[in-house]
Amino acid sequence: MKILVCISVVPDTTTKITFTDNNTKFNTAGVQFIINPYDELALTRALELTEAQGGTVTAITVGLPDADANIRKALAIGAHDAVRINAEPKDAYFVAAEIAAYAKDKGFDLVLTGRESIDYNGGLVCGILGEMLGLPSVNIVTKIDVNGNEATLIRDIDGGKETVKVALPFVASAQKELTEPRIPNMRGIMAARTKPLAVVEASANKNTAAYNAFELPAPKAGCKMISADNAAELINLLHAEAKVI
Amino acid sequence: MAVLVFAESVDGKFKKSTLEAVSYAKETANLLGTKTIAVSIGNVAEADAKALGNYGAETVYNAPLDKFSPEAFASIIADVAKTENAQVVVFSNNYAGKSITPLVAVKLEAGVASGVVALPNTSAGFSVRKSVFSGKAFADVQLTTPVKVVAITPNSYQVNNNGGEAAVVNYTVNLGNDAWRTQIVETNRVTGKIPLTEAELVVSAGRGLKGPENWTMIEELAEILGAATACSKPVSDMHWRPHEEHVGQTGITIKPNLYIAIGISGAIQHLAGVSSSKVIVAINKDPEAPFFKAADYGIVGDAFEVVPKLIDAAKQLKASSH
Ligand SMILES: Cc1cc2nc3c(=O)[nH]c(=O)nc-3n(C[C@H](O)[C@H](O)[C@H](O)COP(=O)(O)OP(=O)(O)OC[C@H]3O[C@@H](n4cnc5c(N)ncnc54)[C@H](O)[C@@H]3O)c2cc1C
Ligand SMILES: Nc1ncnc2c1ncn2[C@@H]1O[C@H](COP(=O)(O)O)[C@@H](O)[C@H]1O
Repeated sequence: MKILVCISVVPDTTTKITFTDNNTKFNTAGVQFIINPYDELALTRALELTEAQGGTVTAITVGLPDADANIRKALAIGAHDAVRINAEPKDAYFVAAEIAAYAKDKGFDLVLTGRESIDYNGGLVCGILGEMLGLPSVNIVTKIDVNGNEATLIRDIDGGKETVKVALPFVASAQKELTEPRIPNMRGIMAARTKPLAVVEASANKNTAAYNAFELPAPKAGCKMISADNAAELINLLHAEAKVI
Repeated sequence: MAVLVFAESVDGKFKKSTLEAVSYAKETANLLGTKTIAVSIGNVAEADAKALGNYGAETVYNAPLDKFSPEAFASIIADVAKTENAQVVVFSNNYAGKSITPLVAVKLEAGVASGVVALPNTSAGFSVRKSVFSGKAFADVQLTTPVKVVAITPNSYQVNNNGGEAAVVNYTVNLGNDAWRTQIVETNRVTGKIPLTEAELVVSAGRGLKGPENWTMIEELAEILGAATACSKPVSDMHWRPHEEHVGQTGITIKPNLYIAIGISGAIQHLAGVSSSKVIVAINKDPEAPFFKAADYGIVGDAFEVVPKLIDAAKQLKASSH
């Protein structure tokens, strides 16, 4: 089984978000970058599947050289080889078009992404990739089992869950509960140094969107405190003052 | 030219998120000086399809279909978009919307933005505001393609009911086998519970509750208020609550009118997912809990004493308003 896992490099979840250049650029000063948490789950599930059934896992990222540390981390966790498409990841359409251009003739049986990147929160790459590659896409899955040429997945739907069956190849996006993420060990880190990391230039160049400006939410005016002895007053305030209940 | 909107239904009935999306599409059509066309797929009666006119749809394409697949729905929507020469296609960014939106964007070679929280700015091109960094910030995204696809966050646009009746076009569904490559084996929808992603009111609790057995009072408060329940990450990690209740940067991002946080400290990753809620209440026994800095109302106190009082007060309020 040949699996491609799409890795997005994102700011650590504890990052306090700020902007520079008159609120037109994300301020990366002092920011620690990590593998998007959902992509770690996708990678781990891919490794579990190939360990049980044979095959290889390729990690791919669309990014500039500063993404190399994290794509090496994907190799340390266990990916067999890695690809970096050398371009600034502008938005989901751009990213998916580059990955599709790379993947289309390579015969992957499974292409996995995360359910969304925790920076731009598109949640779009999985579906765009599926459509561009002419494959079905199963979004936001908490289970992927492969049996021969067919897979059983569980996806989140509004207010519940749905079990689906689909023949390989297909694209799916990882949701929490798919598996537990793996941490690289010393052997993995050593091995990663000699694993292949191919750098390829962007070829699709689909520019459909531009991020022009950013804004932080307005700060709260202040918290009105209610004494615990008089907790019932909260319900009155929510009804009469805030008018939300 | 037209603004097209996907009108999602469950068991033949339109959802509130659908009415929001139709209202949003109508206002966008006004900005662009064009008409609003809805695409309904499922088992919607003609009278219900007509009633979408109340929210601004001039025409409703009604496509009968008894199964769901993102590929099938995307094919129908893209087909109508092409027939009507749509400039903008609007979705709700719920789970169904999330699975269909990207497919339609590719079929129409359209720039796409999801998690949109406000009407487009059409003064120079077409730009929409969306949440980024899981709710820690907003971005203005310019879509530069002739056709644009936007998916709006549930509960971020009001439902406008101005009366009216839509013309209904019966759409003949004609799909290839490719539309059904994903086959549904089983659907489990929790009935009688408000899905968290679309809830207007949310009661949420964290590790301060000590154990899963103590959620009875959380569920009771939620039920009286008509709210959905949510939780912090450690609570779902420990399986005290199902993972779909986990809100925050690595859970879901929500934007209800009211978010009540009980025994949750207010870590940055948690706040990311809930800070765009209109009104936030924090209940915590620690006066230094960071949540109070993000809240509109706060009670310093023990949840096991405070919540029962809230339940009584909420019961009284509901009784007096009936
Ligand atoms: C990569 C990463 C991603 C993360 N993503 C998320 C996320 O998406 N969502 C999320 O929620 N967290 C996330 N976290 C975890 C986050 O950092 C916090 O650890 C978590 O939110 C804490 O949950 P909590 O507030 O329930 O528990 P705690 O921090 O343990 O807080 C419990 C609170 O309850 C109060 N309390 C205790 N007893 C009572 C009582 N009897 N009455 C009233 N109050 C009481 C305490 O004062 C305390 O403030 C993430 C962490 C990491 C590292
Ligand atoms: N720059 C990127 N390179 C590779 N994969 C990416 C990139 N950005 C996003 N992805 C993948 O697409 C998923 C969803 O991203 P998004 O649609 O941007 O929310 C992520 O979880 C990744 O698996």
